[in-house]
Amino acid sequence: MLNTIANFKSAFALSEGDGGGFHAPSISEFFPGPILFKDTAFEFSRINMIGMIMTVVLCVFFVAAFRKKEFVPRGIQNLGEMAVEFVEKNIIEEILGHKGPRYAVYLTSMFWLLLAFNITGIIPFMNIAVTSVIGLPLLLAVLSWVVFNVEGIRANGAGHYFKNNLFPAGVPIPIYLLVTPIEFVSTFILRPVTLTIRLLANMMSGHLLLVLFFGATNYFLLESAGIMKLVAIPSFFMGFVFTLFEILVAFLQAYIFTLLTAVYIDGATSAEH
Amino acid sequence: MQQWIKLASETTGEEQNVLLPAIYDIVWGGLSFLIVLVLFAKFVMPTMREITAARTEKIEGGLARAEQSQVEASELLAKYRAALADANKEASDIRAAASAERLAIIDDAKKAAATAAAAVNAQAQSALESDRTRVATELRRDLGLVATDLASRIVGEVLTDDARAQAVVERFISDLEKSAGR
Repeated sequence: MLNTIANFKSAFALSEGDGGGFHAPSISEFFPGPILFKDTAFEFSRINMIGMIMTVVLCVFFVAAFRKKEFVPRGIQNLGEMAVEFVEKNIIEEILGHKGPRYAVYLTSMFWLLLAFNITGIIPFMNIAVTSVIGLPLLLAVLSWVVFNVEGIRANGAGHYFKNNLFPAGVPIPIYLLVTPIEFVSTFILRPVTLTIRLLANMMSGHLLLVLFFGATNYFLLESAGIMKLVAIPSFFMGFVFTLFEILVAFLQAYIFTLLTAVYIDGATSAEH
Repeated sequence: MQQWIKLASETTGEEQNVLLPAIYDIVWGGLSFLIVLVLFAKFVMPTMREITAARTEKIEGGLARAEQSQVEASELLAKYRAALADANKEASDIRAAASAERLAIIDDAKKAAATAAAAVNAQAQSALESDRTRVATELRRDLGLVATDLASRIVGEVLTDDARAQAVVERFISDLEKSAGR
């Protein structure tokens, strides 16, 4: 995949020379450069702007949905209740059961922020997922790591918690030499890493694919000659298909991130690992 | 990953590592999350709880009210049935009393009738008795007279032949029959 992109780029770069040409997507897509406050902790890029816009959209939506508090929900309140209930039913109750309400605020707001930030990848004029930059995925993954560890220690006590996780019961003692390091790495190191990378890589690759197909469509349609213009048709079709696919991915990745966080919290707070 | 990083640096010429978080991305992302978290904590979830609780209360209240009216209705039905049973009992009592009264009246009437009949009977008996007495007296008197008459006739006439005697007897008997037929 990556090589293909690189080849595309070099191929077209060679053939085109000057004047427009095909812009293959590259890593620089995810470094749009500052708009405001350059070189400060508040440097504000185009992606940060999209993030803030989506935050405002979320706030407006949920405030509008729950402003009236009607017994019989109408219009947007239905959507708002569905939005909250979806996470409560499918993630919180499903995974955490009676422990769920304690984490409802955290998990629900995380899911909707992630979905809002993922879906911008296919929203016209935004065209990039806010989560295709590592900042927020990493922040949320670290937060989830802190939450499940703190909750695990709170529920079982530090001794029991680490014993459950590092020395699982029913294993012959010499095997702990093997099991304990594996458990340590997988539970305390890989969990936040995989959470971050899974989300980030999905959003990045989705964006690169869309840029690739629509960039190619644009190039073949406007700048290639004769019969080559027809290549724009399959290229656009693929872009369209991947746009639909990205809707699914945006939803799925928000869901998986939240679900895994719930699973980690549930595992940590259970009496027996 | 190394490939990404190399690719990045090759294509752009400057060091751009997608795995290196920029402080400002964390700041803005964190700010967004904080805003959404506060929104959910202070507004969305409490409102949702409130709505759900109110809805549950309303449904449960409705059910309780329905149950209460059910209870009230069955109480009312029981009362109504009791009243109906009372009324039925009263009616049957009244009927029984009336029938007893009727029997008493009939009995009284029968007694009165019997008394009256007995009185009539007694009167008739006494009348009959007095008639009989009178008749007997008259008869005795008449018989005496007849006997006297017959005797005087027998004594007065000479009974020479059987035919004459026979005629006298015949006449006496016919006279006697005449007096009895009177």
